[in-house]
Amino acid sequence: MAEILIKNGFVIDPSRKINGDVMDVAIKDDKIVEKVGSGAKVIDAKGKVVMAGAVDVHAHVAGPKVNAGRLMRPEDKLFKSPDAQEHYRMEMGFSIPSTFKTGYDYARMGYAFVMEAAMPPLHSPHVHEEIHDTPIIDEAALPVFANNWFVMEYLKNNEIDNAAAYVAWIIAATKGYGIKLVNPGGTAAWAWGLNCLGINDPVPFYDITPAEIITGLIKTNEYLGLPHSVHIHQNSLGDPGNYTVTLDSLKLAEGVKARNKFGRDSVMHSTHIQFHSYGGDSWANFESKAKEVMEYVNTQKNITVDLGCVTLDETTTMTADGPFEHHLNNLNHLKWANVDVELETAAGVVPYVYDKNIKVCGIQWAIGLELGLYAKDPMRTFITTDHPNAGPFIRYPRIIKWLMSQKAREATLDTFKYKDKVIDATNIHGMDRELTLYEVAQMTRTGPAKALGLSHMYGGLSAGLDANVGVFDLNVKNMPSDPEMIEKALLRASWFIKSGQIVVKDGEITGHGNKRTVWVNAKVKANPQVTRDINEKFLKNYTVGIGNYPVWDALAPNPLVIDIDAEA
Amino acid sequence: MPKWITQVGCPYCGSSCDDIECLVSDDGKKILETRNACVIGNEIFHHVSSPDRPKRPRMRQPDGSMKEVTYDEAVDYTAKALIKAKKPLIYGFGSTNCEGMSAVARVAERAGAVLDNCASICHGPSFLAIFDNGYPSCTLGEVKNRADVVLFWGCNPMHAHPRHTSRYSIFPRGFFTTKGQMQRTIISIDPRETDTAKLADYHFMLNQGHDYELFDAFRTVLRGHDIPAEVAGCKREMILEAAEKMKNARFVMIFFGMGCTHTDGRNHNVDIAISLTRDLNTHTKASIMAMRGHYNIAGPGQVWSWQFGFPYCIDLSKGTRAHMNPGETSSVDLAMRDEVDCFVNVGTDAGAHWPIAAIKHVKKHPVITVDPNICMASEIADLHVPVRVVGVEEPGVVYRMDNVPIQFKKVIDGPEGVPSDEEFFDKVYTRMCELTQTEPIWVHVKEHAKASSSLEH
Ligand code: SF4
Ligand SMILES: [Zn+2]
Repeated sequence: MAEILIKNGFVIDPSRKINGDVMDVAIKDDKIVEKVGSGAKVIDAKGKVVMAGAVDVHAHVAGPKVNAGRLMRPEDKLFKSPDAQEHYRMEMGFSIPSTFKTGYDYARMGYAFVMEAAMPPLHSPHVHEEIHDTPIIDEAALPVFANNWFVMEYLKNNEIDNAAAYVAWIIAATKGYGIKLVNPGGTAAWAWGLNCLGINDPVPFYDITPAEIITGLIKTNEYLGLPHSVHIHQNSLGDPGNYTVTLDSLKLAEGVKARNKFGRDSVMHSTHIQFHSYGGDSWANFESKAKEVMEYVNTQKNITVDLGCVTLDETTTMTADGPFEHHLNNLNHLKWANVDVELETAAGVVPYVYDKNIKVCGIQWAIGLELGLYAKDPMRTFITTDHPNAGPFIRYPRIIKWLMSQKAREATLDTFKYKDKVIDATNIHGMDRELTLYEVAQMTRTGPAKALGLSHMYGGLSAGLDANVGVFDLNVKNMPSDPEMIEKALLRASWFIKSGQIVVKDGEITGHGNKRTVWVNAKVKANPQVTRDINEKFLKNYTVGIGNYPVWDALAPNPLVIDIDAEA
Repeated sequence: MPKWITQVGCPYCGSSCDDIECLVSDDGKKILETRNACVIGNEIFHHVSSPDRPKRPRMRQPDGSMKEVTYDEAVDYTAKALIKAKKPLIYGFGSTNCEGMSAVARVAERAGAVLDNCASICHGPSFLAIFDNGYPSCTLGEVKNRADVVLFWGCNPMHAHPRHTSRYSIFPRGFFTTKGQMQRTIISIDPRETDTAKLADYHFMLNQGHDYELFDAFRTVLRGHDIPAEVAGCKREMILEAAEKMKNARFVMIFFGMGCTHTDGRNHNVDIAISLTRDLNTHTKASIMAMRGHYNIAGPGQVWSWQFGFPYCIDLSKGTRAHMNPGETSSVDLAMRDEVDCFVNVGTDAGAHWPIAAIKHVKKHPVITVDPNICMASEIADLHVPVRVVGVEEPGVVYRMDNVPIQFKKVIDGPEGVPSDEEFFDKVYTRMCELTQTEPIWVHVKEHAKASSSLEH
């Protein structure tokens, strides 16, 4: 590592409100600096866009359900895997790529950080084994909590300090990052084959409601002062008419203030909101409620969302929302994997084809984009596909193309078999907003970095931040009239520098970088009751010993630990 | 003072018990006593201290005898054999850790080898069924805490997985199963009256090879249709009664073993077992699980799926992409077609488990066995490389039969100078790079700080 100077690019850095000014970016070792010496390696970025490394707030890239998908879908590799690049590992798979391909593909698009969105605590060694085998990109993982026996027990009795002590222990033991909720209570119900579709449905046996779990975990999160807010996949995902459930659960954040030292303002991140913005009461009258949902989100400054855009591909759905996958499987009758995890959570995996010739798929596609176009605050609205659920992450540039170009949207709409029906059920047709690259940088870099409490490392190009810099062949002053060129330029960076190392040149990988695992170590007061409860459950109900449960340091050999003292 | 080490993982069967206690001698070199392990498990822990254990590689000489060589010579021989071969086959992995599997995967990719594991000859048909029909499963704790109807289809845990029934499936008192065995209905489906069958509330002693029909009968009944008076040698009344039990259960668990995968129907038996599980989920909660044989035979299926996208039968000989096609790229089939020109047996005993004809074919070319013990595969090999015993002398991640990762600790020091599988294959990799004058690909830091105690409560 040494010094690099990226010269004369159009710099887009929303963290400093810089929008396309011609500037240089200087790098020394693994950090961005004010200036470098004359011996620095010079990269000529003239006529190109320079942005910070992108931050993916939500993707399923490592762990048991991702791997269940890989294992059960050999067809995802067949005719869909590129040739290995010389000097690099093989790259297998499309919607659920191998760990090597995952790292390479993210790097090619200029991504520096990816959040694995759902880690079952019991399987955390597996998640870290995969993260460790994913080159280049920094990663963190969110342990799931909303169906956990301890959490439900403590929250039922309103014992936030106990919930916090337990959550802090799990986050440290699993080398996790924050608090993920997936179908609160519903996944616990699934252990008996049931579900909770509304936020006031009691969870069978546990005498608590999804609303109480959500509220309790928001409190727990702010009690601990974690870098990220709670990250929630709400109840009733994918059901016609679910937007009311979505609004009801979003409202639980009203009036709550963020308490943390990381510059985060949000107290709730609502993920893949596309799947939660549905109207109608059946697949026959299924329609978009993107406007209603986004209008609410726009008014609530303490909520962030990511889109979960449908990309119209054959993909692999996977979620800790076990009952949803079972339900989906009853709709498409393809193969179905399920993994219920003792005391903690569940997961399901079902392949899915988002087919342009199916009306519902077209409507879903429109809803994802509408949400992005109705968003008033791109700093709180992030681009995702809930990879691989609504489509693979390598389609991010395609989504950006759609968001930036009405022409591209209408062209896609024209390919739909039921174009008119899709138009009737949505607002996409005729929406003339076209996002700017500046807004895209907010939605893919500065915004998610802030929501994750990582603005001190990612999301901008100020001196002192990590030297993650992408150069893309796009001229902001003279954007291509052909929207395809946007996708092409963003899919393969001209240059990508990760932590000060050049890892991509002309769209090809040139190095393995020095990936890190980011995790949070939250200290709380010793809590004898929680310690006793943990020991007892391990003795009586778990099938793994407590001594073998915390993830070994060796599994995260390149850690970046964020220490928090919740008592301070 | 000898010291008790607790929560030790047992490196034997797929139950992967992690509650073993070992009394370790003062010098940290010998296990004096164990607690909690079953007879087989206990044997493993004592066997490591056996004086007959090989501690240096041995290479076959022109006169047929075996002669001790250094590990460096063994590394060099292996690297050269792999480079020279057009289609080497690296097979085994029932008994090593994921770190070793990962190291071998890198070697295999560089060598353009076929990478395969013991599933190829045991639960391979299960994978075929999973590719077609999925795998609605759960962790073993769910069985312990919830299951009130448990089926054992073509498996006999009382012998093959001795503590499975006490830790997970029949006897334990779980959260919702506080009465333990009393609260569970056990159904055994086996043509033989096994010890598991003797424990069962219902034993379907079906005609051998007629599993598919019996599964089909259960599905038919559950869907509300009638069946003949006798199916697969089993009486209609008994089928109806058991089907009713399943339907009214709170949580049905189906375990299946070699009796399903290695009888007529093979993958089709597993396929219909999965379909039965799916059907049951319309009535109640149901789950299914393969009784994987060894403590980490689920491991290669995991590691290689995230590295190559396939669990087994992975042909890397193209160099550009991995290719999996069991029947074409499966070990025994490759051997029988004489397509393999170098065979590496790792952490298993192909000599004992393979058809003799297949072994005869691979014997025409270099055969290398990497395994802690003397076994048939080590005795037919041109090179035998002893390694440390995972779970006793070497820590590492293993995947239990339910794909739960368990961090197995190290209990005692291995014999002086003996490497782990991972170390040996990392050296082979480095040597291959030297010999071919190529750069190693992304060799990241590997260290075994292991077993953090700071987080223990
Ligand atoms: S049941 Fe299996 S894993 Fe458990 S002690 Fe016995 S051999 Fe070892
Ligand atoms: Zn998700």
